[in-house]
Amino acid sequence: MSGWTDHLVAAPIIVPMLAGAAMVLAGDRWRWLVVTLGLISTVTLVGLAIALLGMADVAQLRIYRLGDWPALFGIVLVHDRLSALMLALVAVLGLAAFVASLARWDRAGAHFHPLFQFQLMGLNGAFLTGDLFNLFVFFEVMLAASYGLALHGSGTARVRAGLHYIVINLVASLLFLIGVSVVYGISGTLSMAELAARMRDVATEDRALLEAGLAVMGIAFLIKAAVWPLGFWLPGTYAAASAPAAAILSILSKVGVYAVLRVWLLLFGAEGGASAGFGAAILLTGGLLTIAFGSTAVLAAQSLPRLAGSSVLVSSGTLLAAVGLGQAAVTGGALLYLASSVLALGALFLLIELLERGREVGADVLAVTREAFGTGEEEDDLEDPEAVGVAFPAMVAILGLGFAACALLLAGLPPLSGFLAKFAMMAPLLGPAGAPIPASSWVVVAALLLSGLATLVAMLRTGIDVFWTSPPSAVPRVSLLEIAPIGLLLALCVALTVAAGPALDYMLAAAEALHAPGAYLDGVMGAAASLRETKP
Amino acid sequence: MELVVSLAIGVLAGSGVWLLLRPRTFQVIIGLSLLSYAVNLFIFSTGGLRTGAAAILEKGQEGSLGQFADPLPQALVLTAIVIGFATTALLLVVLLAARGLTGTDHVDGRDRGR
Repeated sequence: MSGWTDHLVAAPIIVPMLAGAAMVLAGDRWRWLVVTLGLISTVTLVGLAIALLGMADVAQLRIYRLGDWPALFGIVLVHDRLSALMLALVAVLGLAAFVASLARWDRAGAHFHPLFQFQLMGLNGAFLTGDLFNLFVFFEVMLAASYGLALHGSGTARVRAGLHYIVINLVASLLFLIGVSVVYGISGTLSMAELAARMRDVATEDRALLEAGLAVMGIAFLIKAAVWPLGFWLPGTYAAASAPAAAILSILSKVGVYAVLRVWLLLFGAEGGASAGFGAAILLTGGLLTIAFGSTAVLAAQSLPRLAGSSVLVSSGTLLAAVGLGQAAVTGGALLYLASSVLALGALFLLIELLERGREVGADVLAVTREAFGTGEEEDDLEDPEAVGVAFPAMVAILGLGFAACALLLAGLPPLSGFLAKFAMMAPLLGPAGAPIPASSWVVVAALLLSGLATLVAMLRTGIDVFWTSPPSAVPRVSLLEIAPIGLLLALCVALTVAAGPALDYMLAAAEALHAPGAYLDGVMGAAASLRETKP
Repeated sequence: MELVVSLAIGVLAGSGVWLLLRPRTFQVIIGLSLLSYAVNLFIFSTGGLRTGAAAILEKGQEGSLGQFADPLPQALVLTAIVIGFATTALLLVVLLAARGLTGTDHVDGRDRGR
């Protein structure tokens, strides 16, 4: 602990925790106080995330020992490129969802703001911690808050979807606990770095049990990431949640992907000794099946929220398949894809609610039926002279532009960052000219392209239907508070496109560090060793 | 001792899974509780099982690390119990809300054949 900057690493957990606690005390009566606290907290988080992102881009990673306990006994927070990236995504998405909620959603039920702060705290903690049981605790903080947020606004659809969501995640938490205790029983440690170091010396007869424990834990992560066939809960829950809640929930599935990236690459990466590559085939196959299922779900979606929920599945599947290939360059591209898709999905969830506002209930289902059977409505429209040449309302045009940007980002079409990210994933797969390309690479490339096509078809169909064939019956009344966050998220995607070079360099460096966890081990264990020397 | 504990965990987990797959919300929540008992016992047993041991020390015995059960799983199980208790209570509230809103205690919010 040299200077005060070292303590910045713990701040992303502490700031929302204090803000949330103060909000609980203030209660819903003093709304201005609660909102001010929330604004201070979310803006501070963005500032912290930018500072930490800047500090992370060095070879040496930072270790923060909570309570200054030696790394073997206490819990460490680890701040490296990957966690800094995830913190930045949480902070930006948090600010956007917070501002969007101020327009009206935060008054739809009690305690929106405290739950939101605890959600941010859980997410930040899960991305920072270097200890498996602490990861479980932050998962629970994050999930408990997300249960409240998913149910925010109440209503039959939310309660029904929320019930499934809670039960499935409780079972996942139990699996996590079983995995953690098996790992502890065999290895005697819960610190990820220490575990990775001990993995090499585990006796042969214990290795299978340890791997089984980690696999059980992996199932808990994969349920969070909504891999097929563990992800049927996701589209329904996200579709039912209120717009700002859905926007922040959309990064929750990425926590599962993050945990797989962190734990799997640390323990079963190329340096994993006898266990290297354990489960790679399952990640790859699961990812591909999730892409297939997600693409089908996107095409079959009859409403905008379902479409967005299914896109989350496609993005999870893409990330898991890319990780399963086990190549650092592909993982680097996948990280860029992760950043781009998190921002785009957040914007899409916020946008959907504004689009739905001007439409009749059930308009989506009617549109699909009309396409299939035809109702003769088109002729009526043509005969109506008033309908021809009606000015396209400016607000609808802005919303349409935002929708088109989301479609380009999610489908991975040029010129936005979605395309660059998919390209960055595919380029190393196809390798240098002349080198033989393994079949798995071809399958992944095909899956990436086909899922992009499916997303594009579905979003085009929905876009045409929403904006052209059945324009909103009334121009949606949209306040600046609701449109500005969408603009912020999409502007960041554009920034990611313009600064794709530095961004990709950063992601590749992060991926290299994940695939060669020597520095991570030395960082955490070195902190323990140096302490042993100074305090004998 | 090991056999009794493993049988207990097995029976609890088995009944928990069975109840979890039933269609009524009440059965689901009891199933989840049984399953979490099984998991808690399981975590507890990773600290080592001993029969007839003194709670802390025998009279006149020198204390050494070898005589104590590993305290970490006990700390873990406490955390797990607290978290499990809180989330189960939350689920109970959601069950009641679902019962009130949908008029049925089926997990899907509607009974087959209605």
